Amino acid sequence: MTIEDLHFEPLLGLLQRADWLNEPTYWLVGVVIVALIVASVIGQTLKRQPENTVSPALLRTFNQRVRAWWMMFAILAAGLLLGPTCTIVLFGLVSFWALREFITMTPTRRGDHRTLFWVFFVFTPIQYLLVGVGSSFVKLESDSAVWWADTLGLRGVDLYGLYSIMIPVYASLYIPSRIALSGDARRFLERSAKIQFSLLICVYSLSYAPALMHLDLLTSKPAVGNSSLSTGDVTPPEAEDEETAEAESQTSTTRRPWKEGGQAGLLFYFVLIVQLSDVFQYAWGKLLGQRVIAPQINASRTWEGFVSGVLTTAIVGALLWWVTPFRIWEAACMAFVTAVMGSAGSMTMSAIKRDRGVTDTGTLVQGHAGVLDRIDSICFAAPVFFHLTRYFFSDFA
Amino acid sequence: MTLAALRAVLGGESKSVSVTEQSSRLTPDAFMSLTASILSVIAKLMAGSSVRWVDCQPDTCQRVYFANHTSHLDALVLWSSLPRNIRSLTRAVAAKDYWDKTAFRRYIAGSVNALLIDRENIKVHRSPVELMIQAIGDTHSLIVFPEGGRNATDEMGEFKSGLYYLGKKRPDLELVPVYIDNLNRVLPRGEFLPVPLLSCITIGPPMWLESGESKTEFLRRAREAVKRLKDI
Repeated sequence: MTIEDLHFEPLLGLLQRADWLNEPTYWLVGVVIVALIVASVIGQTLKRQPENTVSPALLRTFNQRVRAWWMMFAILAAGLLLGPTCTIVLFGLVSFWALREFITMTPTRRGDHRTLFWVFFVFTPIQYLLVGVGSSFVKLESDSAVWWADTLGLRGVDLYGLYSIMIPVYASLYIPSRIALSGDARRFLERSAKIQFSLLICVYSLSYAPALMHLDLLTSKPAVGNSSLSTGDVTPPEAEDEETAEAESQTSTTRRPWKEGGQAGLLFYFVLIVQLSDVFQYAWGKLLGQRVIAPQINASRTWEGFVSGVLTTAIVGALLWWVTPFRIWEAACMAFVTAVMGSAGSMTMSAIKRDRGVTDTGTLVQGHAGVLDRIDSICFAAPVFFHLTRYFFSDFA
Repeated sequence: MTLAALRAVLGGESKSVSVTEQSSRLTPDAFMSLTASILSVIAKLMAGSSVRWVDCQPDTCQRVYFANHTSHLDALVLWSSLPRNIRSLTRAVAAKDYWDKTAFRRYIAGSVNALLIDRENIKVHRSPVELMIQAIGDTHSLIVFPEGGRNATDEMGEFKSGLYYLGKKRPDLELVPVYIDNLNRVLPRGEFLPVPLLSCITIGPPMWLESGESKTEFLRRAREAVKRLKDI
């Protein structure tokens, strides 16, 4: 066996996506950078204004948020630019940290120690390994993928079948039985549920976001309308073009492989939409908020903020359709569902934090509380976004 | 984990202490200090500890840090969470019967400059307290765990008398209470694989032995001082 046969490099080369980063993605990244610069400038300008123009507490929160968004953006963009493998590792680390915050917040007993070790060091890495390999053994896009597929005898097997059930089925069965082995029966059901839930939210759900990279995306967008995008001109097609596109799509419902954008762009779009929906719901809630949804859970979430925020997100999501395989109305629907799910995630996490008597879950990013506080909406939205995209916009058969 | 500490870990004043490796001269000392740096980085990563100084500032004056004891990691994590210049002056007191057993344990204990005290074979004029006072001279500080051994229950054990005699023989030492929270969940007694949760170390205001204070009274007050930090 020679050095070449050992296939060290393949571990990194295993994940290669042909259309990972494309021009629309760069444009979206550019748009976000411009938006963040504008937000920073506004924040710094207001800081120099006399006190009475805007409430100082609100301004401080705003500036802290902008700083934290810069950090989130930098980390995500770096992951995407460095490639699919780095993106998987990045999401895995985020999961790990979120899980750490979650379990710290949740009381467990001595008897749970070894179960927790499994959760942190076995289930979490395996889930991300499975998601990382994903459909590589079907696509066989690199030599190393071929080598590993043949070595493991898994040629043509899509690991989606495994990573979509590993935690909800196998880990969920393993956790209570491992706790039972420890011989401590006190609050047994509660302890099992806590650990299962934390794994489900922090690891399983979040891992669906990078899993988007494995979808063979299909689009119903007319090829003609998009050729301008692929040549670098990103100005959205004129309204009348869009109307003709709609008319065309109604006559022919055939879908074609989507080659104009990359999976990185879709992933970035997803994270952006979830973050925007948080912002819009907060902003509209401040401006219009009257009826609080559940005062016991979260005093700042109102029906007005929720409805206006979700609708605004749907509009912005639609306006960014050019980075996705979705047509405008499809993008609006996806953004709508994503925003609703994100809101559900924030509410759920608020309930858990309220139950435990804490306001935020960590300190890593200044002003953005904990990692878990930032990703709770992403966690809830990711599986739904993934499955909708898989069912309606990919070739999964 | 208590709510106060939870808030500190999750939402509060965490202080990151950067550890830079020393010059790379390949002397045994350099290796030792490299080991110490690596150990403290690993301990901090594993324990994810945040440090709170409450009514107390880091200082190079001679102190005795006394803390509750629930995990093997206690001494290492507390020692690592002190600022670097103070760390080099601070020695954790550890049980000789455990840390002197194998060459590896001896090396680890030596690299963090631990002070090994014989718990079983106590001689006249060589009592643990005498040894400690001798070892710190007029520069070093100590980390002690007055409960004696690691505590498996949630309730803190009674304090042994060593702390009282330290305060009596060296009234100039600042006795600083420390509460270590959640480390027992990172590495409980009897386990060897850690679970990387977030822990919290609270360092409280210094205290001294009052004149005419009895042993039991003082030990009870010291224990209360540690316990109080739990809820700050």
